[in-house]
Amino acid sequence: MTDKIVIEDVYKIFGRKPELAREMIERGHDKDRIFTETGLTVGVQQASFTIQDGEIFVVMGLSGSGKSTLVRMLNRLIEPTWGSIKVLGQDITRMSRNKLIELRRTKMSMVFQSFALMPHQTVLQNAAFGLEVSGQDRGERERRALRALEQVGLSANANSYPSELSGGMKQRVGLARALTVDPEIMLMDEAFSALDPLIRTQMQDELLELQRQERRTIVFISHDLDEAMRIGDRIAIMEQGKVVQIGTPDEIVTNPADDYVRSFFHGVDVTKVFTGTDLACRDAASLIRDDRADPQAVRERIRKDGFSAGVVIDGDDRFQGMVTLASLDGADELRAAFIDNVEPARGEESLNDLLHRVAHLDVPAPVVDTDGRYLGSVSQRALLQTLDRTR
Amino acid sequence: MTQDKNPQLLDIDVGAPVENAVEWIQTNMSGLLDGIAAVIKFFVDNLEGLLLWIDPYVAGVLLIVLGLWRVGIGFGIFCAVSVALFWEMQLWPETMSTIALVLGASAVAIVLGVPVGIAMSRSDLIERLVRPILDLMQTMPPFVYLIPAAIFFGLGKVPGTIATVVFAMPPAVRLTNLGIRQVSEENIEAGLAFGCTPRQLLTKVQMPLAMPTIMQGVNQTIMLSLSMVVIASMIGAGGLGNVVLTGIQRLNVGLGFEGGLGVVLVAILLDRITQTFGDPNKTGSGGGLPGRLRRAFGRGSNPEREQTTN
Repeated sequence: MTDKIVIEDVYKIFGRKPELAREMIERGHDKDRIFTETGLTVGVQQASFTIQDGEIFVVMGLSGSGKSTLVRMLNRLIEPTWGSIKVLGQDITRMSRNKLIELRRTKMSMVFQSFALMPHQTVLQNAAFGLEVSGQDRGERERRALRALEQVGLSANANSYPSELSGGMKQRVGLARALTVDPEIMLMDEAFSALDPLIRTQMQDELLELQRQERRTIVFISHDLDEAMRIGDRIAIMEQGKVVQIGTPDEIVTNPADDYVRSFFHGVDVTKVFTGTDLACRDAASLIRDDRADPQAVRERIRKDGFSAGVVIDGDDRFQGMVTLASLDGADELRAAFIDNVEPARGEESLNDLLHRVAHLDVPAPVVDTDGRYLGSVSQRALLQTLDRTR
Repeated sequence: MTQDKNPQLLDIDVGAPVENAVEWIQTNMSGLLDGIAAVIKFFVDNLEGLLLWIDPYVAGVLLIVLGLWRVGIGFGIFCAVSVALFWEMQLWPETMSTIALVLGASAVAIVLGVPVGIAMSRSDLIERLVRPILDLMQTMPPFVYLIPAAIFFGLGKVPGTIATVVFAMPPAVRLTNLGIRQVSEENIEAGLAFGCTPRQLLTKVQMPLAMPTIMQGVNQTIMLSLSMVVIASMIGAGGLGNVVLTGIQRLNVGLGFEGGLGVVLVAILLDRITQTFGDPNKTGSGGGLPGRLRRAFGRGSNPEREQTTN
């Protein structure tokens, strides 16, 4: 099963007689008009989309756009007015209370903006909360809670109280509490918004790291574009309760659906949004997999490929060095023809950092991942094109 | 005693129906009244018996230790001075009797009041209905409660306790309601999101988070009980109130002052000690000495940890 959550035609209208609001929506009136005429608040309207297994799905929008309402309907903290929400194949809008409680206990957990920890409990007890509620015995739940605390690097603070922790540490407890129950789905409501920027970035990295170790389906609410771009596999943008665009970060940046979406990027520095991984292209230089190959044969291949440079990698894709037509001329060994001063860029480096590198190299700048594997190269031309496209 | 009465316009009588109701209850519900009286008598008599049974020296030392443990060294000294004064003023039995009445009445008020507060917090309708009753209970001059209490239960500790319960219960109800309603929405959502049943939400989230506020209510209830216990001595509740009453009747300033000082000291002791149970910094996981020690050590080593993990 690849679709974890399927949302079909979901509405949330706050107030009595929601039919009035629906009629007005169908006649094309907007949220403000509906409120002034009927006193009803449109939380979410006509939302239909699918969240896939193992992705980080970011719901982004300004405050009041309905994103918090939307995420709360996924575990029915807020009852949808109309529509169906299928979680793991079951329509939760028709679920009995007991089945719903069972689903919340075992399949999905939540992380909150203001942490929502229990101040009278220790960090360990807080992390074990979900298992305590579902009646696990103490030894088992503390063992699993401690493992979750280890994952977020807080096992040393297991016996502290939340009041003794900093904001970032508190949210780690919130994250551990959500991880302890080993959920398939995690709902994160502006989970990092209350943290200061440095800690926020750190937490985003940790979330990505956790995701690499064990993929879960994460629905992440955010109002911060940089955050959405960094962690989102796909992003849904909401405006006035409506989902106006869904797509990968690149798709949304390069192809915004309307002015509202575009306005998000207004003033946003794209050189910080794109990273080396986004720009690295395998078609910027010839790829040479054998560092003992004959230099002249390599030279011939590069010329035939229509490039001026080649990247030499080993059997594990690890970057070894770069050669150019000029450096290969007259060389008897490939390694001797490696040009100097080519330090590969890391995939997570921002476009901003790459700018300097690319500007000072005569050849495309090579990019590697954290394990040193070659991802591709960034040519001056590709970089200028990206800057131009997102202007 | 002749007082001119104004001519009535609508012929409404307020006092008579109340009298009739009291009379009706007295004649038709005597079984219930006797039952209530028996339970309260058992409770208060045994509590007083226990406090008086403990050797005054032992009780005094226990009180001082309690003060030292819950509050601190300064308050421990205050406890010692108080104990000495109770003893030297020859008021030890009266003091114990007053403490028994206060604790008994407060316990009943809390046992009845906290569930009412919980019900109020869960339903706006119940809140609207109960609130005016609480207002009435709190603003009615406390002497008024003595009349029906004496009619139903005669004279002595039982009517004294019951009048005290009525007078002292509102803060327990109000602050329970307030405390639960003040629990932050996100904490409630966290409870629900992790699969709490409504009962678990109450016991694992709402009550613990409301506890500091509820304990304020408990503290207020105890303080009001103490002030009522003095008044209740007019229907024979005994204790320090009786000393004050005797002082008034004989215009004996010294005696009145001694009784009054005793009440003040009991008030300060009960207030300080019960307040520590509502302070989240002193309760930790269920309060208690082990929790405090653990917290003290935990706090000691915390700054280093914060540096290494951040």
